[in-house]
Amino acid sequence: MITLMVNGTPRPVDLSPDTPLLWALRDALSLTGTKFGCGIGSCGSCTVLLDGAPVRSCQVTVAEVKGRKVTTIEGLSPDGSHPVQRAWIADEVPQCGYCQPGQIVAAAALLARKPRPTDADIDDAMDGILCRCGTYDRIRRAIHRAAKEGGR
Amino acid sequence: MTGTEMGRRTFLEIAGAAGLWLAASPLRVAAAGPEAAAAGFQPSAWLNVDPKGLVTIWVGKSEMGQGSYTGMAVLVAEELEADWKAIRVVQADANARYGRMSTGGSSSVRGSWEPLRKAGAAAREMLVSAAAARWGVDPASCSAAKGEVLHAASGRRLGFGEVALDAASLPVPEKPVLKDPRDFTLIGKAVPRLDTPPKSRGAAVFGIDVRVPGMLHAVVARPPALEGKVARFDAAKALAVPGVRKVVEVPSGVAVLADTTWAALRGREALGAVFDAGPNGALDSAAIARLLVSAPLEPAPARNEGDVEAALSSAARKLSATYTLPFLAHAAMEPLNCTARVDGNGAELWAATQSPQRARTEVATALGISEDKVTVHVTYMGGGFGRRLYPDFPVEAALVAKAAGVPVQVTWSRGDDFRGDLFRPCGRNELRAGLDARGNLVAWHHVVRSPSLSRQSSGNRSAPPGTLEGAVGFPYRAGAVRIEAAVPTVGVRIGAWRSVYSSQNAFPEESFIDELAHAAGKDPLAFRRSLLPADHPLQAVLSLAAEKSGWGKKLPKGVARGIACHSCFGSHVAEVAEVSLVKGAIRVRRVVVAVSCGTALNPDSVAQQMEGSVVYGLSAALRGEITFAKGGAEQANFPDQDPLHISEMPRVETHIVPSTAAPGGIGEPGLPPIAPAVANALFALTGKRLRSLPFKLS
Ligand code: FES
Ligand code: FES
Repeated sequence: MITLMVNGTPRPVDLSPDTPLLWALRDALSLTGTKFGCGIGSCGSCTVLLDGAPVRSCQVTVAEVKGRKVTTIEGLSPDGSHPVQRAWIADEVPQCGYCQPGQIVAAAALLARKPRPTDADIDDAMDGILCRCGTYDRIRRAIHRAAKEGGR
Repeated sequence: MTGTEMGRRTFLEIAGAAGLWLAASPLRVAAAGPEAAAAGFQPSAWLNVDPKGLVTIWVGKSEMGQGSYTGMAVLVAEELEADWKAIRVVQADANARYGRMSTGGSSSVRGSWEPLRKAGAAAREMLVSAAAARWGVDPASCSAAKGEVLHAASGRRLGFGEVALDAASLPVPEKPVLKDPRDFTLIGKAVPRLDTPPKSRGAAVFGIDVRVPGMLHAVVARPPALEGKVARFDAAKALAVPGVRKVVEVPSGVAVLADTTWAALRGREALGAVFDAGPNGALDSAAIARLLVSAPLEPAPARNEGDVEAALSSAARKLSATYTLPFLAHAAMEPLNCTARVDGNGAELWAATQSPQRARTEVATALGISEDKVTVHVTYMGGGFGRRLYPDFPVEAALVAKAAGVPVQVTWSRGDDFRGDLFRPCGRNELRAGLDARGNLVAWHHVVRSPSLSRQSSGNRSAPPGTLEGAVGFPYRAGAVRIEAAVPTVGVRIGAWRSVYSSQNAFPEESFIDELAHAAGKDPLAFRRSLLPADHPLQAVLSLAAEKSGWGKKLPKGVARGIACHSCFGSHVAEVAEVSLVKGAIRVRRVVVAVSCGTALNPDSVAQQMEGSVVYGLSAALRGEITFAKGGAEQANFPDQDPLHISEMPRVETHIVPSTAAPGGIGEPGLPPIAPAVANALFALTGKRLRSLPFKLS
């Protein structure tokens, strides 16, 4: 048994220690908001926050994250009211929506680090998170909106 | 929470919190399906009004990102005069009662425009009649709005729920009167999408998120080449991996079932499956290119007007060019997957499918049971783009569940999803044209060489090939026109890919027209407009795109514009791309899209689809290419096939030609013009004509 700290709750999982965090979240804990896209760290759909910083959850094992704070899309806010989530709704960002949990948690981490990001900051922080539906324009718009309205 | 636990109180709580009830969980959808809501007034398959006034609308189209979940509900609610803030929308299970559920060909709004509005209008007329009878007044003196019937003269009102049971006993009107478009309150408005809040919370349930009690996670080892077979494998080695529970053989390969997808993947590696390559085991891209060149022309051209050879021989200028296009993968963000439970009572599937009815039929056939024993629940889908029209993944999941005797979720790894795709066909286009001394087009000859989807799927080599879609409708005036196909048979699975053959044929057509414009010494926009009939719908989108993009105005040094247009799926689109080179790489800075799609059911959804089509088309044009070796695709994950990133995203501006005509498609028509618009801009920038996709500058 390894106990993970997910969204502020201790969650024991009975998995081999080399299991990627992604599969522990999705298949052992039924936290399916975090998505599988490639399994090799090149799409960003599986992005979660580890001690507040974005990581590809397919690229870290449960052994590595033991004792550290994992935040998934389900834990970003109790009711979907995080400023980034509100901005996502206001700008109608999602199309299919599959990449969006990864985009949203990465955007939240960016804003926590840089409350007023420039376009270049957004490119840097968000670049590897693929969206096949082409929501990039709106992601940029929504991050700027969240930056502006974040405090309110 | 399961569906049965989800009582009315919960519904109201959720409605109160979010404004709307969302069928976020397919398990919930299943239990709250048609049977559960049958009490009350249900004049058609599409809606129910219960005695408490709760309006339920069933959506028979799949939500893959294009907004149909909201759009379909809007069509019913608009005519019903339901209170949009108090409706429940449920994704329908596969059933003939919903008509054709297949979601493809940009057909959802087009095909539902009349029937869904009529269903809403019929129900509204019945509710009004029931209320009028209650009051003893003429129904014509009553109206409906926001879930109520009103009698203006007396100020009386009755909620839909209060007259629902009365309405249920009335005959369904055959010719209900539809609203005047000027009175629309939802259609044509940017109604917020119902699926946006759950998708922003991670609460939307995609196929891959379904969790059925007792379910195992599976992956399947499949032969890489079409018609390959499993030769041998070592089940014991797979079973030795911690978490692996079962290994079963199915017609498509060997399935490894485990507690987690990760353990199943590890088990599959341990399996050491070896395959017989089969008849296509030597196929590679060079061989496929030879097949394209050597395929004979079809016996008769699909279009033959005037004498092309005579016109060419007397033309002042003759041009010819060959354009080539690669195979492409769909690569939706959600890899293919399906969840299935099969037991003595039948089969239940949860699938992100664009074709639930076809999946149901083919699963029944594969299991040897009758269709009424198969339930197919449709989940949200993480992109479709045509791949999810094909029923191979639900059929396989059902067979794995049956063989293993447990509920199972079969997940395709990204490599499985790439290699097991039904690819957008490759193409080779041979074009010839002639100009007279004044630069008028006097001859146009287009040969499309591409494998045929319809022939491969039907096995009928004389079926109409369909490969000329997007080419045969050549819209420009030319003295003589010949358009014809050569149709090679290629041992690679092919499938519909966003905008299908228009995704291939618009590139050569709109690039070659640009070549002709330059050869004639004319402005590419003016050249196109002079060749189109004055009332052609492309005229309006060309002039709108030109105006909004500042066509003809000066651009900064190192930036150039290109224009292209195309009509497909009932809509017309023109795009102007602004392109520059950044460190030798192509950079598309801005794309202005003008679209004529009849009534824009939701203008913001139209804009989303144009943005999405531009990105999907650009990803393909810049880097999309599947090559083959030993019968299998050589690309297996995203670094090999790198779609557009946010840092490369052009600013996309969408402008809609206003209209009250019936809607055209929006999911696909934005795609075909982007590759030629960029190619034409690159020519303007560099003087180099790129005739192959993906673009390679050197
Ligand atoms: S699934 Fe982890 S980066 Fe793609
Ligand atoms: S919204 Fe579909 S992949 Fe991003």
